[in-house]
Amino acid sequence: MSLKELWHKLGSPRWFYQMSSPWVTAFGFAAALLLVIGVIWGLVYAPQDYQQGNSFRIMYVHVPAAMVAQSVYIGMGVAGFVLFVWRMKLADVAIAACLPFGVMLTTLALFTGGVWGRPTWGTWWEWDGRTVSTLVLLFLFIGIYALREAIVDVELRGRASALLAMVGTINIPVIKYSVEWWNTLHQPASFTISEKPTMPPEMWLPLLVMVLGIYCYAAHNIMSRMRIEILQRESRTQWVRNLFVVDKVSGT
Amino acid sequence: MFAPLFARELRVLLRNRGAVFNPMAFMFLAVMLFAVGSPLTDNSRAQFGGAILWIIVLLTNMLSLDSLFRRDYDNGVLEQVISTAAVPFVAVLSRMLVQWIGTGLLMTLLAPLLCLFLGLPNQAIPITMLALLLGTPALSLLGAVGAAITVGFSRGGILLGLLVLPMFLPVLIFGASAISQAVAGEGSSAPLYWLAFISMLALTIGPFATTAGLRISLQMQ
Amino acid sequence: MNPQFETLNEFFAMGGHALYVWLAYGSTIGVLLGNFFMLRSAKKRQLRELKWSARVAAEELATENE
Repeated sequence: MSLKELWHKLGSPRWFYQMSSPWVTAFGFAAALLLVIGVIWGLVYAPQDYQQGNSFRIMYVHVPAAMVAQSVYIGMGVAGFVLFVWRMKLADVAIAACLPFGVMLTTLALFTGGVWGRPTWGTWWEWDGRTVSTLVLLFLFIGIYALREAIVDVELRGRASALLAMVGTINIPVIKYSVEWWNTLHQPASFTISEKPTMPPEMWLPLLVMVLGIYCYAAHNIMSRMRIEILQRESRTQWVRNLFVVDKVSGT
Repeated sequence: MFAPLFARELRVLLRNRGAVFNPMAFMFLAVMLFAVGSPLTDNSRAQFGGAILWIIVLLTNMLSLDSLFRRDYDNGVLEQVISTAAVPFVAVLSRMLVQWIGTGLLMTLLAPLLCLFLGLPNQAIPITMLALLLGTPALSLLGAVGAAITVGFSRGGILLGLLVLPMFLPVLIFGASAISQAVAGEGSSAPLYWLAFISMLALTIGPFATTAGLRISLQMQ
Repeated sequence: MNPQFETLNEFFAMGGHALYVWLAYGSTIGVLLGNFFMLRSAKKRQLRELKWSARVAAEELATENE
């Protein structure tokens, strides 16, 4: 199937519903496998950090959460763009599906970040480039959620949230760089994730596994929500009815 | 096409002085609250004065933005303009410009007073004025996007803040930085360049996003 | 690659950082599992409702045809 054909197919929620079924299962199993391996690897087998000791292991949940949370928002921004330009209904379904998990993951990132910070740098919270931009990310998610609650009409709600998602996506890098710039003036260089290149493989391999695992989990979660949303929206159509009537007719 | 639209907006602004006066009054009241409520020593004034000034500027702008489109939305003028104008973009831009004149530009001119009340030294005044001049357009341009999306809601005010303040954050960071640097006597122009950049960026996306937001809100009527 | 802890007790103690490590991991696992199960029950509920309304629609159709 060419890219163009794929694009056209995506315009149909029904096609997506049918096509996504094996993918959801696949992502689900992949996520379970990767996360179990990653957690055990990170907790039990990865070496201690020389300075931080065992609290360093929190990195294996904090960093994936933060990375994927940001990706989910950017994904939402892309979906918003698609919705705005091509008016693809499925894009609005995608936006709605990204919100709950996005909020949860961002909150988790903030919480685990604070928990990591306490034994490592002495504070539960520090205002630096990453904390500010993650907190803003949370507000951006909440903002879109609040906006969707306020608009009743489905199409308008979709376009408004798409608009907001797009504007927010541009905003995230600006905020991140501005706070980091501010910090270079006011604080000595603090711990950055750019330690990764100097991390030995025994340390960053489990991180990679966890990051992939959370991505797979996110894909599974978002697709599942999309499927629920599609059935909800299209519940009155024939193809949805046919999914269930067959049982009745055949008596099973 | 721009000139008559702009002139009209200006006339509306001058007739509707309350829309300018109220936010400005709020601004000075807020400054007073800060000055009276917190025992600022000379040292802390120098440190925090810039941030406090910008926070007040942000909140004042929000107040002004809330009513940016509301009256014309309610009385149908907005619908007319957006649907019949050949290039609604220009109408939106001229309104944003006039809103900025009523807030940002005014704040720039009043900066010496603000610095005086917040205890900022005289040497900081020129940089403060420049920072406000360069940074407030971003606030008007980006804030209008939030105003456009929320104009249809009866209780849009709070939602407006939630949508718009994250976008204001970089302006706050660089603006406050510019002032605190000036107070400390160091003169780096980096934050000013950043403010100009953000305003430019806002100019490229603000009017388009606002027009799109207005169209959406109008369809909700 | 060897396990970093000699005994299970050492593992739980996490070198004194037990509170933090387990708070972080616990909340993460809790969120991930909770999310998964909540979604599953939402889906089950939805399927049940759709089956029911499909049955109702089919019965109405049957009575109409009589």
